[in-house]
Amino acid sequence: MSKKQYIVGDYPGLKIWTWVFFIYLYAPMVVLVFYSFNVSRRAQIWRGFSLDWYVKAFTNDDIQSAAINSLIVAVIATVIATTIATLTALVLARGRNFRGSSAALGIVSLPLVVPEIATAVATLSFFAVIGFELGLMSIIIAHTVFCIPFAFLPIRARLEGMDETLEQAAGDLYANDWQTFRYVTLPLLMPGAVAGAMLSFIISIDDFIITLMVAGAGSTTLPLYIYGMIRQGITPEVNVISTVMLVLSILFITAYWYATRGSEREAA
Amino acid sequence: MELPRNPVTRRWLGLLPALLTISLFMILPMCILLVFSFMEADPYGGVDPGFTFEGYIQILFERDFDELLQFDATYLRIIWRSIILASLATLGCLVLGLPVAYFITRQNARTQSMLLFLITLPFWTNLLVRTYAWILILTADGVIEQPLKFLGIIDESLEMMYTNGAVGVGLVYTYIPLMVLPIYASLEKLDFRLIEAAHDLYADRIMVARKVIIPLAAPGIIAGCILVLVPSLGAFVAPDLLGGGRKLMMGSLIQTQFAAARNWPFGSALAICLLAIVMIALMYQARVASRRRAEAGE
Amino acid sequence: MSDTNKTSAVTGRNVVKQFGSGDHLVTALDGVSLEIEDNEFFTLLGPSGCGKTTLLRLIAGFEMPTKGEIFLFGDEIEDLPPHKRSINTVFQHYALFPHMTVGENVAFGLRMLGQNEAEITKRVEESLTLAKMESFIKRKPVQLSGGQQQRVALARALAPQPKVLLLDEPLSALDLKLRQAMRLELKTLQRETGITFIFVTHDQEEALTMSDRIAVMSAGQIQQVGGPHEIYEQPVNRFVADFIGDTNFLEAEITVVDGDFANCQVNNELSFKVKSIAKHSIGDKVTLALRPEKISLAQSGEVQGRITEAVYLGTDTSYSVAISDSITLAVRDQIDLTGHARFAEGDLVGVGMSADAVRMLID
Repeated sequence: MSKKQYIVGDYPGLKIWTWVFFIYLYAPMVVLVFYSFNVSRRAQIWRGFSLDWYVKAFTNDDIQSAAINSLIVAVIATVIATTIATLTALVLARGRNFRGSSAALGIVSLPLVVPEIATAVATLSFFAVIGFELGLMSIIIAHTVFCIPFAFLPIRARLEGMDETLEQAAGDLYANDWQTFRYVTLPLLMPGAVAGAMLSFIISIDDFIITLMVAGAGSTTLPLYIYGMIRQGITPEVNVISTVMLVLSILFITAYWYATRGSEREAA
Repeated sequence: MELPRNPVTRRWLGLLPALLTISLFMILPMCILLVFSFMEADPYGGVDPGFTFEGYIQILFERDFDELLQFDATYLRIIWRSIILASLATLGCLVLGLPVAYFITRQNARTQSMLLFLITLPFWTNLLVRTYAWILILTADGVIEQPLKFLGIIDESLEMMYTNGAVGVGLVYTYIPLMVLPIYASLEKLDFRLIEAAHDLYADRIMVARKVIIPLAAPGIIAGCILVLVPSLGAFVAPDLLGGGRKLMMGSLIQTQFAAARNWPFGSALAICLLAIVMIALMYQARVASRRRAEAGE
Repeated sequence: MSDTNKTSAVTGRNVVKQFGSGDHLVTALDGVSLEIEDNEFFTLLGPSGCGKTTLLRLIAGFEMPTKGEIFLFGDEIEDLPPHKRSINTVFQHYALFPHMTVGENVAFGLRMLGQNEAEITKRVEESLTLAKMESFIKRKPVQLSGGQQQRVALARALAPQPKVLLLDEPLSALDLKLRQAMRLELKTLQRETGITFIFVTHDQEEALTMSDRIAVMSAGQIQQVGGPHEIYEQPVNRFVADFIGDTNFLEAEITVVDGDFANCQVNNELSFKVKSIAKHSIGDKVTLALRPEKISLAQSGEVQGRITEAVYLGTDTSYSVAISDSITLAVRDQIDLTGHARFAEGDLVGVGMSADAVRMLID
C-alpha cells in the first residue's frame, strides 16, 4: 500500500511555478545567444548557423574603439572606487555605531537608492555649471561615484567577519599603524577588495543611462554603441556584441561568486 | 607612519574620500538640479539666469499663443502612466516572485545557494542587452510569432511591441530579482515549527499561507516592493526600447528634455518630482521598519 | 481493530518510519506497536535518537509512516494531514505565532474550525484561566518569559478541546524549580480535563513522577511498556534497567533449575536464587540486575566487602563496595540521623539483600 505523503509546508505547483520563473528569467538571454549565430541579415529570422557576424563585429573599428573606451573607464573607475570604498569600509565595518555612522552609511549608499535617470541628469547639470567639457573624463568621474557602494559592500562583508584582535596583536608586537595595515589588515581584506573590484568593474562596463547623459561626442562606450545600433533596428552586429557582453558579465559574476564563497569559509 | 591618535579624527579622515566624492558629485549636482528647475530654458540647451516657475508649470499647463495657461494633460498622462506601470510591475513582481522565494526556502542549503545565484546573475548583466533580447522575442516575426505563424495559429502580427504590456513585461523582467531576494531573506528566518503549529491547529494550507507565512514575510514584501517601485518609476530602458516613442514614462521624458527637446528646467522639474516621490516611498519604508522594531523591542 | 469494548485513544500497529534513501537510509522507527488508553497520562521515554519524537510527530501528522497504521479512537488517521486530526501539540520551543497576541494565539485553532466569536471568546478565557495566564491575553509572545510562553502554548493546544494532547519535551527549556512545579501542574491538568496526554521526554525522573504508563524506547523500538512502579522494579532487559535509575549488572551462570526459580552463580563467588523469566537449563548464561538501594550494609554479615569509594549526595551516600577482585557493587545507603555517612572508605562491611531484589533480564 503506497501512501501519498502529505508534506507539511509544501504547496502543489510551486516547483512548476519556479521553473516557469527561471525560464522567463533566462529565455531572453538564450534567445540572444542563439540569434547571434544567425547567418541571416534580418536578425530575427533564422537562416542558418554562422560565425560570420562575430568576425565582422570584432574587426569593426567603431566597436573596437567603443570597447577600449569601456575598458579604460571601467579600470580607472574601479581602481579609484575600490580604494575609496576600502577606506570607507575600514571605518564603517567595525563594531560600534558611532555618532554619524548611519548618516555616513546612508550617504555611501545614496547611488544605490536614487533612480539612475535622476543621477544622470543631475551629474550632467553639474558639469554644465562648472563648465566641464563632456568626454571620457566625465564618464570616468560619474562611474567612480556609483561604483563606490558596489565595491563597498563585499569589502564590508569581509571586514565584518574578520577578527579585530589580530590588529591588536600586531600593535602589541610593535607594529605601527602603516605596518599593521600593510602586513595584517590589507592581506586579510584583499579577497573582499578583489570581489568589490570585480563588482565595480562589471557595473561600470554595463552602465548605460548615466553614461548616455554624460558622454561627450567622441567617447562612445559599448552600451552606448549598442543603443545607437538598436535605434536603427535589429541587426546581427547587435546580437553579437550583446552576446559577448552577456557572456562576459556571466563569467565575471560566476567568478565573483566562487571567489566569495571560498573566502567565506576561510574567514569563518 | 602614524595616523592621528584620536579615533574620531581617524574615522572621519577615512570617510573623507567617500563623503567628499559623493557629496561633490551626487548631492551637489542634485541641488543644482533643484536650482535649474526654477530657471529659464536656453533654446540651445542648458539654462539661462532668471527665476521662474515655468519648469513646474509646464508639467500641468501649456502656454498658448496669447501666453495664457491652458491645462495640458499630456505630461500628466505620462506621469500617471509611470505610476500605474511601476505599480503594476511591482504587483507583477510580487505575484511572480513570492511563491518562488518560498519555494527556495524549502530546498536544502546547497540548492538554495545555487538558486539565489541564478536569480541574481541576470541582474548583473547589461540591462540594455537584456531588454533588447525582449525585442527579439516580442517583435513581429520574433521568437513568439514565428512558431505561431508557422503552426497557423495566427495570420497577422500580434503587435506586442510598443505597447504598455511590453513595457510592463520589461519592467518586471528587469527588477524581479530585487523582489525575490528581500522576501527570501524574511522567509528564511521563518521558524518552520510555526507552520506545523498552524496545521496542528486545524488550518489548511491556504489558511497557513494567509495567517502565518505572508504576515511574517511582510517586512521582506514591503522591502521588495520599494526596491522595485522606486527604480521602475524612473525607468528609461524598458519604456524606450519596448515602448518606442509612444509609451513614454517619466524616465524617458526626462531624458528627452535634456537631449532632443532642450528644455532643461522642465526636465529638472520632472527629475525633482521623481526624487520627491522616491523620498516619500523611502520615508514610508523607514517608518514601517522602525515601527516594527519598536513592536519587537517593547 | 480493537477487541475490547473501550476503544483505545491511540493505537499504533507496526509503525515504521524511514528517512533518506540508499546509503543514507535512516530507520527512526522499526515496527512499533502500542495502545494508549483514553484519559491516560502516557509517556514516551528514551535517549535522543530513540524515535520518541518521531513517533509523536507521526501521531500529530507532521510526518507520515513508511509502513504501518495509526488509529485515533478506532479511526485510521496515518494518511490524514495534521489539520484533519483532532489532536493538538505543545511544541518544545512553544512555536507561538510572534505576530499575534496571546489571545489571538489561543483563539487560532477555534477560528480555523469556524466557531463563532462568542464561543471563541469564552473558550479562550477558559483555556487561559486553566493555564493561569488570563491576564496576559493582550500581550505578544516576545514579551513573555519561557515559562509563560509555555503556558500559553498549553492553553492554545487545549482550547480546541482535542481528543489527544501531544507534548514534545515541553519542560526541557525550563530551569529545575520551574520544571518541577510544571510537572505537578501538567499532571493535575490531565486529571481535570480528562484528555489523553502523550508526553515525550528523555528525563526518567519526569516520566516516573508524572505518568500513568511509560513506554521506554531505544533505537526505534519499544523496549517495555508499563506503569512507573513496574518499569522501575521489573525492568525486562538491560537497556531499561540501565536507563531507569542505577543498576548493578552481574553476569551469571545457572547452576540449578528449581521450578520457577534458578540458582545463578556469579564468578563462582556469589550465588542468588532468582525467579526465571524463561525456560533455562543448567549452564545458561544470564544477566542479573540489582538496584543499589536494595542492598543493605551492616557492620558485619555473611557476605563481606570493602568500601572502595564513598560519595556524599546530600540525602544519601553512594558507595562502591568490592566483594571480591572481580565484583564491585554500587550501593545506595541513607545518611544517618546525625547527617553523616554510616561508613567510610576502607571500611569492611557486611552486604545483604532481600530475596527478590535480584532480577533476571532478557538480553
